[in-house]
Amino acid sequence: MSNQSAPLTYSRVNDDIIRMLEKPSLKWLALFVFDLSVLGIGAMCFIYQVYTGLGVAGYSHPVFWGVYITNFVFWVGIAHSGTLISAILFLFRARFRMSIYRISEAMTVFAVMTAGLFPIIHLGRPWNFYWLLPYPNQRELWINFKSPLIWDVFAVSTYATVSILFFYVGMIPDLAAIRDRVVEKPRKFIYSILSLGWKGSNWEWMHYTRAYLYFAAFAAPLVISVHSVVSWDFAMANTPGWHTTIFPPYFVAGAIFSGLGLVITLCVPIRKIFHLEDYITVDNFEGMAKLIMLTSGIIGYAYAAEFFMAWYSGNPHEWGQFVYRATGDYALFYWIMVVCNVIIPISLWFKKVRTNIKALFVISLFINIGMWFERFNIIVISLSHEFDPGNWGVYKPSLIEIGITAGSFAWFFMFFLLFIKTLPAISIAEMKEILPVPRKGAKQ
Amino acid sequence: MKKNQGVVGVYSYVDSVLEAIRRLKNAGHEKRDIRVFSPTPIHEIEEALIEEESIVRFFTLAGATLGCICGIGITVLTSADWPIYVSAKPIVSIPPFMIIVFEMTVLMGALSTLIGLVVNARIRRNAPVSLYDPRFSDDKFGLAVVCEKDRVRDVEKIMNDTEAEEVKFEGLH
Repeated sequence: MSNQSAPLTYSRVNDDIIRMLEKPSLKWLALFVFDLSVLGIGAMCFIYQVYTGLGVAGYSHPVFWGVYITNFVFWVGIAHSGTLISAILFLFRARFRMSIYRISEAMTVFAVMTAGLFPIIHLGRPWNFYWLLPYPNQRELWINFKSPLIWDVFAVSTYATVSILFFYVGMIPDLAAIRDRVVEKPRKFIYSILSLGWKGSNWEWMHYTRAYLYFAAFAAPLVISVHSVVSWDFAMANTPGWHTTIFPPYFVAGAIFSGLGLVITLCVPIRKIFHLEDYITVDNFEGMAKLIMLTSGIIGYAYAAEFFMAWYSGNPHEWGQFVYRATGDYALFYWIMVVCNVIIPISLWFKKVRTNIKALFVISLFINIGMWFERFNIIVISLSHEFDPGNWGVYKPSLIEIGITAGSFAWFFMFFLLFIKTLPAISIAEMKEILPVPRKGAKQ
Repeated sequence: MKKNQGVVGVYSYVDSVLEAIRRLKNAGHEKRDIRVFSPTPIHEIEEALIEEESIVRFFTLAGATLGCICGIGITVLTSADWPIYVSAKPIVSIPPFMIIVFEMTVLMGALSTLIGLVVNARIRRNAPVSLYDPRFSDDKFGLAVVCEKDRVRDVEKIMNDTEAEEVKFEGLH
């Protein structure tokens, strides 16, 4: 337990954060075993699907993009706030990011790793996934660069690579601090390799701070571009409910909104379990809550604008689609989305709610649920109710799809649980940056 | 005389380090022979010891430019290699290709920045590994000076006068 009465000093930051990496408790182990069992169920469902064929998923005419693509868009969206917090807020010098950015970057990396599984799971022959890449082949065929799905491959793989680099580079000085602290030889060896011989000399810091700035400058527009590209997977198709120009800003705002929701969901228990109240402060949470207020407002506006445009366009198919969303077979899901994403976050306009950690945790859970249903509504309802009434139908996810979805959450949390016990969850070097520099004049 | 002696002062306070750097420079020690290890970046130290800009930016620019060219190349050349009209769009269709070009620019720019960081931070590190102390990643600052054998005592005196908590000596090759 950290010495919460003592003021934060350089030495205490090292002690408190490196202490998190001590031998895992029984509770952690039990949670990890439970997580692995859920992952095992997901893996078995996938193996069964590969063995039997994609028919075991609930796909049926006219809906051939179901829960898998919903999960893909949901996890890519989750991945966004990590880089928002680490890159965009870094460029804006928002100090409230310092204590939470490592957790959100880790979340980004693991969420992209989860998202990346779904387009492959969704393939009828997943072993041919590499056909999406441009490589010389005996047929002399190249991929179609005009296809939004190919843009997706480039956007998501670039985002994954840059996020991993950003995550890793940010950790190098902290890995060196752990290397200098641990005594067990195997751990020391691993952290020595990972820290690339970091010594923290003035030359190293000079190159490091500049490189970090350039990473942030690259990552910031990348955040905007990736979810815009994901939104074009839909907006480029001539399907009612999809074919609209507001999709990129709507998706980006939704992505940041959902990611911030999950950051709060993860930070609250970590703060409590590891006694990090001096690091992840109420002000940090309030900063995130304010961003949630902003993005919730944007997506609330987008929900309304979609309805307005459908009505004002005079296009009966578009209007029919939106009336169906609010009143048709999936109306319950639509209203869950509206309540979770627009109505409940209105409570954050009150400072008392924004600064109440328990309330924030509960709201963040609603946001996670609401955003998953937003993805489901956009994808499934649009396909269920296209132009021709003869072409309408209702989709229900199968048990296999539910199993794989549960497995994907377990996959994400497996990496997250490992991260908490092996890597510094709060940036040691950056926490020291916001502490007063030790000066003789200030000594007691 | 060959500069084959290393002297390291361990400090708790940044202002003591800055004072020691000022005195060392006044005593004729070159900036490139002075290194400071710190647990976090301290801009005053950087300003006191480094005049030039990091050259990592050239790696970033080169990588991003190369990525941009590769992005244009891969989209245009592969489309021209097997020209087939899709949805009545031109064979070389600029708007969709810009997405690939952008992603390739960012990807290669980021990768080359990493290379630039690793290469430069290591090559320009200069201070020998033996002068490092694990306390420098915790709460202490290390002031390392490489000098000739006959100047070691002067450096030690400056460090002691500026309240170094400990002064260590290393013979360098």
